[in-house]
Amino acid sequence: MVEILVCVKRVPTVGGRIAVTPDGQEVDTRMSGFSISPHEECAVEEAVQITERAGGSVSVLTLGPEAAIEQLRGALALGAGRAVLLETDGTEFGPIATAAAIAAEVRAHGYDLVLLGNEAADTGDYQVGVRLAHELGWPVATGIKNLSVSGGGVLARREYRGVEEAYELPLPAVVTVKEGINLPRYPSLPGRLRAKRAAVERSAPASAAEGLRKETLRVPASSQHQATVLGHGADAVPELVRVLDELGILS
Amino acid sequence: MTVLCLVELDGAEAADVSLRALTLARSLGDPSLGAVVFADSGDVPAVALAEYGVTDVYVIEPGSLDGYAPQAWGRVLADLAAETGATAVLAAGTDRGNEVLAHVGAITGLPMAANCTVVTPDGGRTHRIVRHRWAGLLLEDAVMEAPVALFTVATDAVAPVPVVPASVQVHVHKPELAEADLVVRAAESAGRAGGASLATARVVVGGGRGVGGPDGFAPLEELAELLGGVVGVSRVVTSEGWRPHRQQVGQTGTKITPELYLACGISGAIQHIAGCGGAKHIIAINTDPGAPILAHADYAVIGDLHQVIPALVEALRAR
Repeated sequence: MVEILVCVKRVPTVGGRIAVTPDGQEVDTRMSGFSISPHEECAVEEAVQITERAGGSVSVLTLGPEAAIEQLRGALALGAGRAVLLETDGTEFGPIATAAAIAAEVRAHGYDLVLLGNEAADTGDYQVGVRLAHELGWPVATGIKNLSVSGGGVLARREYRGVEEAYELPLPAVVTVKEGINLPRYPSLPGRLRAKRAAVERSAPASAAEGLRKETLRVPASSQHQATVLGHGADAVPELVRVLDELGILS
Repeated sequence: MTVLCLVELDGAEAADVSLRALTLARSLGDPSLGAVVFADSGDVPAVALAEYGVTDVYVIEPGSLDGYAPQAWGRVLADLAAETGATAVLAAGTDRGNEVLAHVGAITGLPMAANCTVVTPDGGRTHRIVRHRWAGLLLEDAVMEAPVALFTVATDAVAPVPVVPASVQVHVHKPELAEADLVVRAAESAGRAGGASLATARVVVGGGRGVGGPDGFAPLEELAELLGGVVGVSRVVTSEGWRPHRQQVGQTGTKITPELYLACGISGAIQHIAGCGGAKHIIAINTDPGAPILAHADYAVIGDLHQVIPALVEALRAR
């Protein structure tokens, strides 16, 4: 039996391009939907797979505005049994405040394992999982692409610069995962219906100013241009070879 | 006063990403730059580090701390920062660099800015920072107020630049570690080949949906081998299970910095551009002249990769 909490974050779904609002404070979402990052989709799937094998339960948590209930329901449809919204007024929480808010939920409910994505798609802070572990006094492994639970611990693996690293962690523990750890399932129809009806537990954590303060977001001065077309089909190959030579690739 | 930088080793040499981090560290303007290296002191490339502005090397030998233990490495950096009166502690924005600096942040209670491209002192305890968001698709201008600035350096944004070396002093540092710092340690074993070489390859041949299926990659492999490179793929390819995830180039895969990225049958979703934007040159092979990848490529061939690549392989073999 493993009690698992999975943390996810509502972020804009960006496809062909990304733009910021005129005040430079946010991603322009007038033309986009919202989702969670691929790392987090895999975290949800991993939690569901672990409890299918070992028993236990999966809770899903997000810190964000009320609209983030959409992302909680997405995880419920995949097999999570309980959803927690740490509701904000839409202002961005920094990683220190985020970790503190999640730690309060973990202390209140009690879990064996907390799973997060390796990094949030939008802010890319790479630290909420580690700060959460320190708050709780738990061990943590990050960037994990293979996870197994046995006895009172987990074996977590990742690859770094061509070397495989294996970490043994006693439970309770925090693990952040990367896309590739599994192939997430699609939600079933019964799952979606169950998710639609499920209750969402809510609380409103306190935010606090942190030592790193965002001023503006901007799109990098673009290297965008239009490619020089060398030709069409196999007929373009001599020109392509000439360019490869000119770029020093063939030497 | 000093600045400390975690330096990772690649065999007997400093990793290229660490040289990039040292290059950014010099822009803080502190005359003293300490490299923190976990290795035998005999294996530390002190002279090469001096060529990137390092004045002091702090070596933590395997006798004190053997192998990779993220929290222990974080503790060592935090303690060294206190001992040396460091104004900033940084690392390359690798899996390890971001993880270790996150531990330093958690241990000290200080903020940490991941994947910076510019860090400028602005008087007292203030630093002005430019950092990646959305894996570099957006830049954030931010202000950090902290007694010690903690940050990592985006691996694909700062080019490594050497300097005229000054003399360098090597200090063997013996850390004091609590048991709790050593609970999580990596047991290392030889991994599959490919993961590391994608990040550092000189040429990457990329394959996307246009490859058509798991059986279509042989010509790309052949071309990559001829060019001394490796194959990378887009997210759709790994999501479909055509190729393993460790070959994915993109926001949730590997960030690459090759001389040439040859994107074949890849439309160029923005998350893919986040992974290949660090390439020096991009050439696209695509049937669609309106594909977004063409706005990021230097050159393009409009056509079916299944015709173009075999013809290119043949032409290269004939040379």
